[in-house]
Amino acid sequence: MVAVRIIPCLDVRDGRVVKGVRFRNHRDMGDIVERAQAYRDQSADELVFYDITASPQARSVDVEWIERVAAEIDIPFSVAGGITSVESARRVLHAGADKISVNTPALRRPGLVAELADAFGSQCVVVGIDSIRDQHAFRLRANTGDPDNMIDPELDTRSWIEQVQQLGAGEIVLNCMDADGVRTGYDIDQLQQMRALADVPMIASGGAGAPEHFLDVFEQADVDGALAATVFHSSQILIPELKTWLRQQGISTRN
Amino acid sequence: MSVAVIDSGGANLGSVVQALNRIGVDSHLTREPEAIQRASHVILPGVGAAAAAMAALRQAGLIDVLKNLQQPVLGICLGLQLLFERSQEGDVDCLGIIPGTVARLPETAGLRLPHMGWNQLEWQMDDPLAAGLDPKAWFYFVHTFVAPPGQAVATSVHGQAFAAVVRQDNFAACQFHPEKSAGPGQRLLQNFLSY
Repeated sequence: MVAVRIIPCLDVRDGRVVKGVRFRNHRDMGDIVERAQAYRDQSADELVFYDITASPQARSVDVEWIERVAAEIDIPFSVAGGITSVESARRVLHAGADKISVNTPALRRPGLVAELADAFGSQCVVVGIDSIRDQHAFRLRANTGDPDNMIDPELDTRSWIEQVQQLGAGEIVLNCMDADGVRTGYDIDQLQQMRALADVPMIASGGAGAPEHFLDVFEQADVDGALAATVFHSSQILIPELKTWLRQQGISTRN
Repeated sequence: MSVAVIDSGGANLGSVVQALNRIGVDSHLTREPEAIQRASHVILPGVGAAAAAMAALRQAGLIDVLKNLQQPVLGICLGLQLLFERSQEGDVDCLGIIPGTVARLPETAGLRLPHMGWNQLEWQMDDPLAAGLDPKAWFYFVHTFVAPPGQAVATSVHGQAFAAVVRQDNFAACQFHPEKSAGPGQRLLQNFLSY
């Protein structure tokens, strides 16, 4: 049986790993390759790199650090941020990324998802979704890497999840913005509802603060992976211990 | 040792070259028939669709070259599927080195497609590729189409059993990505290169 995936997320700015709280006040967390290697050695199942400056600044992702990561790291990784076309995606994949993740550019032009799936296959195409609670609905936010210039695309999260699957998305990373950075647990209710709409793998993002939060999201929301940043970067949660503990609770994890 | 990695036009062929670099083995990405025939070991990787990959191999004049290779050959992911007679992905004839047809994993309730993530193997018979591997080791898979498990050296399960490792004489292949499977993947590549 396929194992659930524990996925450290590394926000990248100017070639360094950074982390903010609720997407603001970014702190330097170290060199990309050193961080990636450390997570690989700790049995992280996959890595996600978000180039948080690429989308807001309307520039394409820098591939130099992707090549450095690909040369060193023998687990899969995806790259998000600044992928706006088949050409920019090709540069990222040729630099060694296993998957490309699109968020704001897909909202601006949904056909991009279909173009990427046609060019590289759905298995390479991840759609990242930033979702925020709006009374009883869930709404999207775009350009979330730059809080001062965030955009409300006036779209419902549910309809977008259905649309991107039809367009050929191979995986969805659902970042629940209300929970992000505050470490009080994943947004189980939202993830449960959105999981039910998805046939492709879905990765939970936003809110991890304790090992119990991972257990809850796997047991209750049935997601395929859980993404977290701060708790791993700070070593508050050690991935080998987390995976062993999850296994003791009956969750299939890779050792 | 000279290792040829066949350039079948996929998106991420460089990963195999980099994995070989990490174990200190030089390799070259090529679609030149003579370079492939001269190599001591040949790797057929592939990400993408079967029809596109077969078209690329045909255009490069590699179909008969591949079928007639006598040295050890390792197919990876799509490279495993191409060794079979036919793939339902694009309904295309493949290399026909191993009997059988590649088919899509059936859509069943709750089953996530693509099969994306780390999974374990059930070794069905002994094989040089398995030397020194923990039988419970995990490998990284990304695929939606599968080869039949009947004659497989190792199988894995995602909704149903499918071929995870196959062998026909000097041709071996794995559905997972050894180049992305951390320590066990590295060991499997070393095993391939050591015979």
